[in-house]
This record gives sequence, structure tokens and C-alpha cells, in this order.
Amino acid sequence: MRVQTTSFEVEVKNMHVIEANNLTKRFGTLVAVDHVSFSVEEGEIFGFLGPNGAGKTTTINMLITIFKPTEGKGSVLGFDITRQGNNVRNVIGVVPQEYTADDDLTGLENVLLCADLYGIPRNVAKERAMDLLKLVELTDFEDKKVQTYSGGMRRRLELACGLINRPKVLFLDEPTLGLDVQTRTATWNYIRTLKKEFGMTLFMTTHYLEEADALCDRVAIIDHGKIVVIGSPEELKHSLGGDLITLAIKENEDVSGLIQKVEHVKEVRKEDGSYRIKAEIGEVTTPSIIEALRKKGYTVTRLSLTEPTLNEVYLEYTGRSLRDAEESRENVMTQRMTMRRARQ
Amino acid sequence: MSETSNNSKSRLHGIWALTNRELKKWYKEPVIFFLSITQPILWMGLLGKAMNIGAVFTSSSISLPPITPPLTPQQLQQLGVFFTDLQSNIMKNAFNTNDYFSFMSVGMIAFTALFTTMFSGMSVVWDRRLGFLNKVLSTPVSRAVIIFSKVLSATLRSMFQAGLIIVIAVAFGLKFGVTFTPLNILGVFAIIFLICVGLSSLFIAITIRSTRIETPMAVVNLINLPMMFASNAFFPTKFMPDWLQTIAKFNPMTYTIDAVRQLLIFNTDWAQLGLDFVCVGIFAVIVATIGIVLSWRYLTK
Repeated sequence: MRVQTTSFEVEVKNMHVIEANNLTKRFGTLVAVDHVSFSVEEGEIFGFLGPNGAGKTTTINMLITIFKPTEGKGSVLGFDITRQGNNVRNVIGVVPQEYTADDDLTGLENVLLCADLYGIPRNVAKERAMDLLKLVELTDFEDKKVQTYSGGMRRRLELACGLINRPKVLFLDEPTLGLDVQTRTATWNYIRTLKKEFGMTLFMTTHYLEEADALCDRVAIIDHGKIVVIGSPEELKHSLGGDLITLAIKENEDVSGLIQKVEHVKEVRKEDGSYRIKAEIGEVTTPSIIEALRKKGYTVTRLSLTEPTLNEVYLEYTGRSLRDAEESRENVMTQRMTMRRARQ
Repeated sequence: MSETSNNSKSRLHGIWALTNRELKKWYKEPVIFFLSITQPILWMGLLGKAMNIGAVFTSSSISLPPITPPLTPQQLQQLGVFFTDLQSNIMKNAFNTNDYFSFMSVGMIAFTALFTTMFSGMSVVWDRRLGFLNKVLSTPVSRAVIIFSKVLSATLRSMFQAGLIIVIAVAFGLKFGVTFTPLNILGVFAIIFLICVGLSSLFIAITIRSTRIETPMAVVNLINLPMMFASNAFFPTKFMPDWLQTIAKFNPMTYTIDAVRQLLIFNTDWAQLGLDFVCVGIFAVIVATIGIVLSWRYLTK
């Protein structure tokens, strides 16, 4: 084991932490993941964003060696996911979508059970478990049965379980599914803290736009099993061509030509008496437009400036708003179960 | 950061953790524990004592037509002895023991094993639904260990219950055979171990791919009843029609139950006992192998 680890640390320098090359998974005739390729750099939070049923969980399940890819290759820390499954499983941590902690056991017992699954000796395990529970602020509840935990507490317990083997890569599948907005924000903070504490690389899936925006360094938008675009949330938003300015004037004349001449304006469209203007650096361009209009004697009656969100990005690339896709019965059932338990 | 090299790890690591997780659900839950020991008592009380087959052949259940001239008290007594002997003979011939309760309480042990192991299959489905199975699959625990732990927990549970049933049956009036020694109890545990390993592997093999509880439940119920009744659990196979006898001959339950009877209540027939062990052993090995092969194939989809 030790020999293998050393030899691979030499290699890792010019290697991505996670690499996927044309990963494909078919279930019968259904293509769940369709020739997906991407790579994740060390220390980043990489997110898969897409509606339910887009193939996010299937991709994660291939990377964590639960599913065998039908086609294509993947590696985690240089270990091939099909041929070196056991090596992969040793160095990763997984926080599944579902609440997998045992209701009948206490929080501490659950973390220790996870430690046993990694073959961590009891004395080491106990110390680590205590530290982790402290980190996710469950120390006061460690001897309470998980039945009594709230959704947010359960999620934190799952985080602690996923970190018991000190993984280099942590996989998070829908880390805040079913949680209310406040708990969700709190959970994001825990994830950030844990990442800083352990210096890990994170791979996560989500169908919440705000979550991808708040947490991820880079996002891959996935739809119908295919990656449509990859980039940092900022890049993706910028790629839309900047901010959106909407304005209306009192006069009944077409001023499109005038606005078009203002610096940084990229596109002007007149729609029902108002103008939709795409422009770079909206906060600078907007005053310039007003200035230009005023000089010619026009009066601006209404004005709004919107910075694009990931929702617009999503709309741009998939042609739809982020919505729930058709799903298998099994997925719906498990998600419903997770959500129900989250609300307890 | 990863300290995998420090972790002392054997191929079987995690087996006790996973087995104990299953067992805890049982022994830490007073209601479930209570129910699981009450059920065999109820069955034994109802079936074993209500179906008092021996009583059918006693003189009190046979009314004689009045005979003239009336029999002398001496003749009456002779007749009584004749009927008692007849009953004893019939029972001995049919059940190999005078006491139907003893005969049937042993069947109860196998019956409990069958129903306890049935739930090992259910718990696979349940773990899958809860996502626990996927979580375990993403850890370095070997796939075979996941299955072993299910088999082991069902087996340990059944063996405990079997022991309990013997104690209860003795309290209720089980009559040990003349060749019985306390050492035979070990033999009983050995055969129960074998059949439980076989049965729980069988049920796990049936349920390993299921995502819902209903289908395997129906299949398992379909298997359980014939396994129970096309065997010698309640009635000797020799009085069954030929086709049923053939089925019973291929039913591992028949051999298990016979082995337990040989050890506890019959005059032990060592050749027959050996055959029982061989048959149940072969069944256990074959089904456990199938179960493990299937788990390798289907746990990684």
C-alpha cells in the first residue's frame, strides 16, 4: 500500500484530481450519461448543475465506483475507476443524496460505523469522530439517536461520516436537498469550513442555481446526460454578453440607434415601448446611456439594471428554465424519502 | 492527508461492524426482540398443543358399541392396554416418537430459521432504498463482506432463536430421545448454521437486484410455504402422495428437520444423520456460492 502511494504521488503532479473521458452510462435503451468529459483540478469545488434526471447522480456513481461505465474512462487521483476500484474507494469520501445514517444508532455510533467500513482502528477512529462531530457542531447530540435529529443535523452527520477516512476528494450528491433556505446557507458554510480544514478537492451535484453560484469554483451544466458548458459561474454569466439594462422614455420615438452608439453597448432591442439593452459593465454603461439620451432632450421614465444569474445562463444553454425532468419511479421515491426525513 | 497505509485492513474488515449493525436493530429494540421470541411460543402452543394427534388414538376418543354380555373388568382392562399399545405403535410408526408435540416442536425450529432468514433478503432491499447500500459500496469494504454480514446476522439470530425454542419446548414437555446427550445440542446448532447460511444466501440472491419490497416479498412467500409444508416439519413424508414425497426429497428443510429430530428426540440413526448433514451442507455451499457470485455481478451495476 505504502509503495503504491509513493509512486503515485510522483505522478500526480501533472495529473488532474478527477478525469472523465467520454464517460457513458446506458441503462437498457436509456442513455443516462452521454460521453461526458471533464477534469477537476486540485483544491477546487467542481459542481454538476442540472435538473433531476440529467445524469448527475449517475456520473457521481460511476466516479465513486458504484456503477460501471458502459463506455469511456475515468480516474480519481490517478486510479482507474473500473480497474482500481478499491484504491479509489480508499481515498475518496462520499456524502450521498440520501440520509444513510442509521436512525436507531446514535450520531457517534454512526460515525464509528463508517470508520469500521474503512478499517480504521478503534482508538484512531474515536478521536477522529469526536473531532469531526465538534467541527459540524454535533458534540452535544453525539449520544442521541439519529431519529431525533433535524434535517440539517442529519446532513452534518453525513458530512462527518464522509470525512472519517480523511479523503483527498469528497463527493457530495445534492448536499442540501430538501433543506430550508436558512439551513441550506448554514450547510454551505460547513462545507466551506471542512474544505479549508482538510484541503480537499470537492465534486458536487446540485439542481439549485444559488448553490452552484455560492459554492462552486467551476460549474458544468448538464442536460439530458450531456455537458453543455463548463466554466466558473462568473465566466458563464459573462459569456452571456454582460448585463441587461431595461429602460423606457417619455417620447414616442425610436432611439435604438442613439443607444447603440454608446460605448460598451452590444445589442439593443425595442419591445413594447421599452428597450432591452445588453451591455458590458452595466454599472458604467447605464449612466452613459442616460447622459446620451438627456443630451438629445429625451426623458428616461423607467430604468432597471440586471446582472445575469446562472438561471439566465441555464436558459441560454439549454433553452429551458431549470425544471424537473421526467424521472424514474425509484429516484422519485428516494428523493421524496430524503425530503420527508429532512423536514422531521 | 489520506492515511490509508496506516489502516490495518484485512480482506474481511467491516464484517463485524455490518453484522452488528443488523443485530443491534434486533436486540436493542425491546419490542422487536419480544415479538421475535413470542412468535415461536405462540406457534408451538397453537400448532403443537392444539393438533394433539396422539389423542386421536386413545380409547377415550373411540366409542365402542355396547357388547352383550358385558365385558368383565379384566377384559376391559385388557382392551384398554390393547388400545394404549395400539396408539403407541401407530405414533411410533408414523412419527418415530410417541409424542406429537416433541415431533412438531422440532419442526418449529426449522420454521423459525426459514422466517428469520427471509428478512435478510428484505433488509438488502431496505438498505438500497435508504441509500445505505450505495454508501457501503463506496467504501473499501469488499462486496462479498456486504453479503456475508447479512448472512451472518440472519444466521446468528436464527441460532439464538433455535436455542430459545429448544428451551421453551422442553418447558412445554418435549421428550428427549434415549440417545440424547447435551453434546447433541452442538449438532443442532451446526445444522441450523448450515441451513441458515443456505437460506439467507438464497433470499439475498432473490432480492439483490430489487428496488422495491413488494416483488421479493411475493416471491419469498411463494417459496416459503412449499418449503415448510412439502417437508416433514408437521407430518412424516412417508404418508404423502408420491409427487409430494419427491418434492420433499429435494427440500433441504426435510433434511434439516430430520437431523434435529435425530439429535434430540429419536434414537439417533448415525447414517441418516450423516446423510442429512451432507445434503444440507451441499445446499448451503451451492446457494452461498451463487449468492456471492450474484453479489459480485449485481452490486456493481
